[in-house]
Amino acid sequence: MKRTLKKYKFDFPIIIAFILFVGISYYFNYHPGKQIFIDNFWMFLKEMIIILPVMFILIGLFDVWIPKEKVQKHIGETSGLKGILLVMLLAFIQAGPLYAAFPVAYLLWKKGCSPTNVFIYLSTFTTAKIPMLTFEIGFLGLKFSLMRILITIPVFILIGIIMGRYFKKNNCKINEV
Amino acid sequence: MMTMIIITVGLTLISLIVDSKKTIKGIKKGMMQFLKILPTLLSVIIIISVVLFFISDDLLKEYLGKEAGALAYVSAAAIGSVSLLPGFIAYPLAGILIKSGVSYSVIAVFITTLMMVGILTIPIEAKYFGLKTAIIRNTLSFLGAILVGTVMAFIYYLI
Repeated sequence: MKRTLKKYKFDFPIIIAFILFVGISYYFNYHPGKQIFIDNFWMFLKEMIIILPVMFILIGLFDVWIPKEKVQKHIGETSGLKGILLVMLLAFIQAGPLYAAFPVAYLLWKKGCSPTNVFIYLSTFTTAKIPMLTFEIGFLGLKFSLMRILITIPVFILIGIIMGRYFKKNNCKINEV
Repeated sequence: MMTMIIITVGLTLISLIVDSKKTIKGIKKGMMQFLKILPTLLSVIIIISVVLFFISDDLLKEYLGKEAGALAYVSAAAIGSVSLLPGFIAYPLAGILIKSGVSYSVIAVFITTLMMVGILTIPIEAKYFGLKTAIIRNTLSFLGAILVGTVMAFIYYLI
């Protein structure tokens, strides 16, 4: 119990303060408070409550079914260009906010994916998910979207390589949380 | 999103038929991870909700519009790095901004930082990667986003 409290020492006060704030806002009919709750918080909560449990179930299933050797062989240290393309493909087909990608990154790393590929996965996930691209093309046009993706891909492969080097050099690890 | 749910349900059913013990172990593992990160997630979306309240469409038009000049890029990068918006909100908003006279290259910087840099989600990222790695990744992504925006601006200038 004590350990749990310590682990979330910033989170619990924020959550409690927010509950109080929303409660008081509703009691006194304070509009900005209600707006923050309904327009913003509720929208994020809905997204999170629908997508994240699904993500975590997939992660759990992946964890028990896919053997480490397989992951290592295809996206591990020696996987080269094929590995990069595979992690990018994996990221393309996903949906959800950035924070949904971190647990996947942990699992990939645990199963033997190279750090460089983990970071390339993260960047691809953030900038080029197909469900998101349909929105982008709809609102900003195909030309904008294609140009942005083509320029972004080399940039985040480079970021992946730099991060991968840093990660290995400093013996970093990814935690399960 | 619907497809993802259908795929997950399908896979879970197949997995249950093949090996129910293994499946339950996997689902339990996944759900435990979800519960562990939940308090941090909640507090982060609370903070984002409050910050977003102060960033209105009008404010964006003012800071990202033509009158802002080169400063528009700085504002786009700063606002994009701090906020976190799901795609179904960010793109319609970007569409409105374009119509109100914001240039495509400013929007490129805004969208790229919005996606790649998450200052407010650093607490979550740090739980997985450690604070230092999280900060370095966000800094690199920030520079990368600026680079992407600059190249986009140059191309839009040429065509």
